[in-house]
Amino acid sequence: MSTADTTIVADDLVAPAASRAIPKKKVKAGEPMGTSVGAALSSPLGRAMVYGLMVLWTVPTFGILVSSIRPETDVKTSGWWNWFVSPAFTTDNYKRVLSSSPGNDNLWHFFLNSLQITVPAVILSVGIGLLAAYAFSWMKFKGRDWLFVAVVGLLMVPLQMALIPLLQLFTGGAHFTIPGTTFTLTLIPYFHLKSSIYAVWIAHTCFGLPFCIFILKNFVSSLPREIIEAAQVDGAGHATVFFRLIVPLSVPAIASLTIFQFMYIWNDYLIGKIFAGTANIPVTAKLAEVTGTRGQSWHLLTASGMVSMVLPLAVFFALQRFFVRGLLAGSVKG
Amino acid sequence: MIEVIVSLAVVIAGLAVLGVVLAALYQVGAYVPRHLQEGFRSWVFLGPAVFLVAVGLLVPAIRTIYLSFFDDASKKFVGVDNYVDIFSGRNTRLTVFNSFLWVVVGTALTVIVGLTIARFAEGMRAEKVAKSAIFIPAAISLVGAGVIWGFVYAGPPFNNGLLNRVTSIIPGLPTSMGGDGQRIWMVERGFGPLTPPQGFPGVNTLLLIVIFIWASSGFATVVFSAAIKGVPEALIEAAKVDGATDRQVFYQVVLPYIRATIVTVATVTAIGGLKAFDIVAATTGGKFGTSTIANEFFVTKFVQGRNGLGSALAVLIFVLVTPIIVMNRRAQQRAEEMMGA
Repeated sequence: MSTADTTIVADDLVAPAASRAIPKKKVKAGEPMGTSVGAALSSPLGRAMVYGLMVLWTVPTFGILVSSIRPETDVKTSGWWNWFVSPAFTTDNYKRVLSSSPGNDNLWHFFLNSLQITVPAVILSVGIGLLAAYAFSWMKFKGRDWLFVAVVGLLMVPLQMALIPLLQLFTGGAHFTIPGTTFTLTLIPYFHLKSSIYAVWIAHTCFGLPFCIFILKNFVSSLPREIIEAAQVDGAGHATVFFRLIVPLSVPAIASLTIFQFMYIWNDYLIGKIFAGTANIPVTAKLAEVTGTRGQSWHLLTASGMVSMVLPLAVFFALQRFFVRGLLAGSVKG
Repeated sequence: MIEVIVSLAVVIAGLAVLGVVLAALYQVGAYVPRHLQEGFRSWVFLGPAVFLVAVGLLVPAIRTIYLSFFDDASKKFVGVDNYVDIFSGRNTRLTVFNSFLWVVVGTALTVIVGLTIARFAEGMRAEKVAKSAIFIPAAISLVGAGVIWGFVYAGPPFNNGLLNRVTSIIPGLPTSMGGDGQRIWMVERGFGPLTPPQGFPGVNTLLLIVIFIWASSGFATVVFSAAIKGVPEALIEAAKVDGATDRQVFYQVVLPYIRATIVTVATVTAIGGLKAFDIVAATTGGKFGTSTIANEFFVTKFVQGRNGLGSALAVLIFVLVTPIIVMNRRAQQRAEEMMGA
């Protein structure tokens, strides 16, 4: 992957804050980076600082990677840096944390939980967000502008604000007793969502939607008007325009947002821990639990940590370009 | 594996049902009077999103504000008592203090690290590697970050923490600063001659903030470096022709030019610091004087089951986020006026 790829300004994801903040100047892939900007900014001391920070940033991660493949006695008796002096390799730590036999943490099960939580939640939030983004961009209805402002304004609300009532909703539905009487209206019945994976999907979708709508609306509304009007003149209704034009044309934005949401939901801890229930918690929540219960079993903790990170890291290295684009466009996520 | 297949089937079935319902409603639109048709169909597109956002976010947020004025069982109206409790209890006051430190120190250092890498890595042969190295933590969960750094900060009885190893080889370092390699970093609040009084953040809080900086600098670097690449070369060349040094070019041309970007990154980081929960929960669990508002919210509601105080803490996070966002808007506007946009 070339450097230029990671630094292309997100032209195709025109987010107001990002595009305002970052004047658009396309860096062509393959263009040498030693431009006058670069030449003007580097210095020997600066380079030394960059190398120093690089070391500081990679050594901790490297430490647990090395520890996770060292035998238990080695991990417990000497620091991981001794591995370079007396290298020893084992996959026992991984075998133990992934094992489902009693007394082990069965991390494979929680890894699958994370997958079950993340994939549907991403599909739901991006899909429902795209429908809404189309309506906000290309359909005419009363109150369109203020409704959009209201939805995006919810980006400001920290999710902690919604957790307690949402949990109450999942554990008993919503009821309203008319004041002065004993008559209770059931606004939303109890759907038996307590401690279920469905509750996590719904929570992630609700919390992710304002951001998804914001990013997708910026993209969808910037598609050329002529194409859409031409289709409408030919008799295409909104459904046809949406599926035949908007969806295919929005693939770049959908890809970036999907990866961004994937990382965000996979790495989430709070929502998974609160809504999923003991058996359904994602791997991040299990890792936090293991930290508490196996605080001194460092050989297992390091392997557990690596298991929880392997998928987002793989996605990151394979699709860094899209992820960066999502980040640049989404630099307003609260 | 079975459970994965089951939930996959549920997802496909659910999406199919949702799709069929929406398609049916869309078709119903054909029988609606012509002038109402567009509005009706708009709501078919909008319906799911607006419903979910209203039921899952807007109404709960309002209800949280309401609950924060009731006692912990949500039965008795107590006015602002819960808020008074936050600021009168020594524990919760320390929590607010810690969060303040997370926002200020965490944000400042994240911006500085981000700018340093973005500035000096530019044009270096190792630019790509350097930026990737700083950026990798962005792919790691904050819980994972906590585990990684827990390994760095580890102290007795596990004696192979990296930080203890480093401090033990520095000659002449007193025991209270880890000179003997036996320090329990995340537990001890004092450091050398520095012993914070009860009710004040300790050094261990700063160590947790380091994890936060480590985790959030990648984002700052990527955004800053895109912004620096966007500074017009003519501007820099003009400054150099006028005799500006490299230093002056950076501080007087580049920095003012990317000011709006810096404000955006600072805002996002500050809000992240205010919501800091994962790192605290995965390392100290809020013990040893390291709790933050977001961690206290979790413990109060989901461990102790106290609705009133928990809601008040959630509202406090919201109230503290608001000025950060308002400041961001103002600074953005000022930057725009400066740029003549």
